[in-house]
Amino acid sequence: MNGVHDMGGMHGFGPVEYERDEPVFHEPWEGRVYALTRAMGAWRKWNIDASRHSRELIPPAEYLRMSYYEKWHAGLIRLLIEHGLVTQAELDSGKPAGGSRKATPALSIEQAAAFTARSSFSRDVPATPRFAAGQRVRARNLHPTGHIRLPRYARGKLGTVDRDHGVFVFPDTNAHFQGENPQRLYSVRFAARELWGEQASPRDTVYIDMWNDYLEPA
Amino acid sequence: MADASDSDHEHEHLAVPSDLALRVKALESLLVEKGLVDQAALDVLIDTYEHKVGPRNGARVVARAWVDREFKKRLLADASAALEELGYSGAQGEHMLVVENTPRIHNLVVCTLCSCYPWPVLGLPPVWYKSAPYRSRAVIDPRGVLREFGTELTEDVEVRVWDSTAELRYLVLPERPAGSENMNEEELSALVTRDAMVGVRKVTIDKAGGR
Repeated sequence: MNGVHDMGGMHGFGPVEYERDEPVFHEPWEGRVYALTRAMGAWRKWNIDASRHSRELIPPAEYLRMSYYEKWHAGLIRLLIEHGLVTQAELDSGKPAGGSRKATPALSIEQAAAFTARSSFSRDVPATPRFAAGQRVRARNLHPTGHIRLPRYARGKLGTVDRDHGVFVFPDTNAHFQGENPQRLYSVRFAARELWGEQASPRDTVYIDMWNDYLEPA
Repeated sequence: MADASDSDHEHEHLAVPSDLALRVKALESLLVEKGLVDQAALDVLIDTYEHKVGPRNGARVVARAWVDREFKKRLLADASAALEELGYSGAQGEHMLVVENTPRIHNLVVCTLCSCYPWPVLGLPPVWYKSAPYRSRAVIDPRGVLREFGTELTEDVEVRVWDSTAELRYLVLPERPAGSENMNEEELSALVTRDAMVGVRKVTIDKAGGR
């Protein structure tokens, strides 16, 4: 979706605001939202792409007004309701619906402590590389209303394949529970001038990770 | 770049529980009562990212790469495997790539679409990294952003910006600073800042002014 989350190249947001000795969480509720999001993710009712998309669906004016963990909170509420883990009535009353059975948490203390446990987003399935390092490619001019990880600023632009990362889950389908659709993922190098015109430095480059379906031969 | 500690920004945080704090508390109580989450597991997650996983991990990686040529080779060839040697793996660090700064190349990492960041080596990202100014400008005006961080680069240096659009997570291997020749690995790691591993600053012997 062409949302306000796709910020690369926008003007008007002002200087970067830097905070010295910044705490990990500024207030306790931020940590709780972070942990709740991870603990509820352990139910595997959704995936990382759906989780990102839940925050992209926040209306643009709200998205810009909200703090970071406020957005996580809004995204979590949306996912909880959409996937039937809580009802709006339960959120309104703060109490579980009468007669509902108590579950056993999906994320145990032991699992929470095993922070080195890794999930993988690459898939061991055959997918013949369509492009090789050094090959010229064009980013397709895609504007789906759903989730996409091809930034607007790169669409239609010419780049060069820098490397082949292997086969990865495709977020555009995975976010909508339409399958993982694993496919080749490439690092593509764009000249800053191709993206931004003559105002950019002739030397500078931007590298973007792009799935096979985002690219066409140039 | 503006220093938030000089502005009114800090005073926006009120002493009384905000509406949001109350709503989060209510949500947590509901999820606990439904048996969907274990509060102790939440505490463990928070403690992990407040106290155990953070940029000191990344700094140890950088220092090792500076003193151990073979490790550096492995780190640049297969970062995920090399990081696992030091015990750094986990959520948002499953597929790592380390990019090396040289006198001719300066790397800068951003996530224009959200907030992708290599958690196992840097911890959770600071607010500025997730903010609209950084996300919007890092790709179109990287030199301007770098200048705000006090990093001036000459025109003969290539700035490479890495937009983290997939599940690859990027860590910048900064240049070892001049004057650090006699330092050991531990002393070197103390010089390495989070900002240098995102690519907004260089590592200097005099750390004052950098994080």
